Amino acid sequence: MAFKPEHEMHRRRFSRNVGVGIALGCFVALVFALTVVKVKNGDMMHANDAPGLLGSTQPIVPAPAPATNP
Amino acid sequence: MTDIRSFDTPKDAGFGDYVQLLKPRVMSLVVFTAMVGLLVAPVRLHPVEAFTAILFIALGAGASGALNMWWDADIDVIMRRTKGRPVPAGMVEAGEALAVGLALSGISVVMLALATNILAGALLAFTIFFYAVVYSMWLKRSTPQNIVIGGAAGAFPPMIGWVAATGSVSMEAALMFMLIFMWTPPHFWALALFMNEDYSKAGVPMLTVTHGKKVTRNHVLGYTIALIPFAVALGFTSIGGPVYLTVSALLNLEFLRGAYRIWKRDEVVAEADKYKVEKSVFRFSLLYLFLHFGALLVEAVLHGQGMGSW
Repeated sequence: MAFKPEHEMHRRRFSRNVGVGIALGCFVALVFALTVVKVKNGDMMHANDAPGLLGSTQPIVPAPAPATNP
Repeated sequence: MTDIRSFDTPKDAGFGDYVQLLKPRVMSLVVFTAMVGLLVAPVRLHPVEAFTAILFIALGAGASGALNMWWDADIDVIMRRTKGRPVPAGMVEAGEALAVGLALSGISVVMLALATNILAGALLAFTIFFYAVVYSMWLKRSTPQNIVIGGAAGAFPPMIGWVAATGSVSMEAALMFMLIFMWTPPHFWALALFMNEDYSKAGVPMLTVTHGKKVTRNHVLGYTIALIPFAVALGFTSIGGPVYLTVSALLNLEFLRGAYRIWKRDEVVAEADKYKVEKSVFRFSLLYLFLHFGALLVEAVLHGQGMGSW
């Protein structure tokens, strides 16, 4: 007797796999689109923007010279 | 040759069964109210951000639905209205519902916070907690006031939408919350009046079961009267206007008339016509909420054209 891979259980499992695959694909596309929008909007692109840090957009301001007594 | 089918179990969930775990009908209401909350806000989000926000608010609501199905599997199998759900029907195991609910809760809260702001994410997390723990685990089986307090979970989505856009809570957001919060009791009690047997069998202490239908009828009228000031007050805020106020006045008059008819009837009359009035008020209550939020959306469009506002 032939094995029947097209049993309803297989159909359901296939629908589950396709559904999860599409959902994950959409999630990746959404995260990508969101990243593009955030970057274009000029949101902060790294965690720390402290002056002097590698890649920082903040210039290093020299500390004021200490006052000298005459 | 032997045909061995030891794996041949009749119940094996398809993708649709997992979608059913998320209560898609409830999600549609969440999507609509959250979308209105987001669109009527004075701050514009980029369409991709707005779409992401609404998607994950809806997914968060779906996650709480899955957690509710995990917890309530024992009573869902008893009630006629719920025995076709994936867990009582044997399509999805209760443990799977828990896993789906927890995973989607985490994803939706984190993604909403990343896409918009931390406050919106925190509000969504609180909403999921409120529905799954406060309502499902605690209130639903312990007090006839379960839906009054539990209704807060359904009232949060427009507020989350507003917060996603503006980053803060305001009077407008609070009134949208109150509109759904006060609408929930008369809506569900109208349903409970003609679905009483279901709740009774499952031992859920609905007001109809614990205090009888006469008291429930009194409550429907009382809460409808209490709802009206909140619905009308929304019309005098920055997101309201003449269109909203006109629609709201007509809807509230009709809802009040329906609640009065429910209050005036007794069980003999109601059973004789198979709860015709109760069923029509229940259906109208859905329209009531939809049209209120629809009118807010119309006002937002008119405001954008320089018309409609006070």
